[in-house]
Amino acid sequence: MEIAVAVAAVLLSTAAAGTLYRLAKGPSLLDRVVATDVLLAIVAAALAVEMAYHGHLNNLILMVIVSLVGFIGSVTVARFATQTAEHGR
Amino acid sequence: MSAVLDTVLDAAAAVCLVVGALMSLAAAIGLVRFPDLLTRMHAGTKPQVFGLLLMLTAVALENRDPVMVPLIALGWIFQLLTVPVSAHMVGRSTYRTKHLNRTTLTQDDLQAVLNRAAENATGKGAGNAAENATGDVTGKGAGKATGSAMGDAAGNAAADTSAPSADGRRADGQQTDGSTGTR
Repeated sequence: MEIAVAVAAVLLSTAAAGTLYRLAKGPSLLDRVVATDVLLAIVAAALAVEMAYHGHLNNLILMVIVSLVGFIGSVTVARFATQTAEHGR
Repeated sequence: MSAVLDTVLDAAAAVCLVVGALMSLAAAIGLVRFPDLLTRMHAGTKPQVFGLLLMLTAVALENRDPVMVPLIALGWIFQLLTVPVSAHMVGRSTYRTKHLNRTTLTQDDLQAVLNRAAENATGKGAGNAAENATGDVTGKGAGKATGSAMGDAAGNAAADTSAPSADGRRADGQQTDGSTGTR
């Protein structure tokens, strides 16, 4: 179990690094929105790893809140991006 | 609980954790390497649905309390409900702001529908302009004259008000849900 958690931590860290690269570089606003969504999914995955390792469920509400924040954020930015598209990216 | 079952459940949870983390890594690699926004969206959905399912399965296997399983499932179903909506919004926004790579697109069903809708709108608008002089004031150009089609035959009225122009944008003063209210 310890090995699995260590491997998962390394994989999630690498994934977060790649996502942050796209978040910083992403040519358009919507690229950054997608990257933010993936980053929140990685955060939720890290919370789940912590819960599985210690065998508690304290983070479950936090995971739901993280997904809710990601949903509201991406929908809002996508809605906003349609109306300001004429003024460049 | 026997020691063997304990070990087996532990191993299953460990496999779920590693595969779920691999989903996140696959999404990150896809985000970095894929050429345009629609393909990146495709890659980004993996950890949000399947990766989260694996992670929550691992949590349930480690927790071993059947009472908490509905709560864990609720978290996953909630994600399952919100992810398609946000992906739809981002995809629609992508299509309208033209952030997609046309050369990698093999099929575009939406463009055919939009062209047909725009043809319908211009046909109705031209027929209406003769008897309805105010049509040109509200509609800006022939392609966006859907606002003038309001006085048309009752059978087609609902379809006319929601007809977008050729580039996927609605006519001015028109809401995305088809109503003509203010913004």
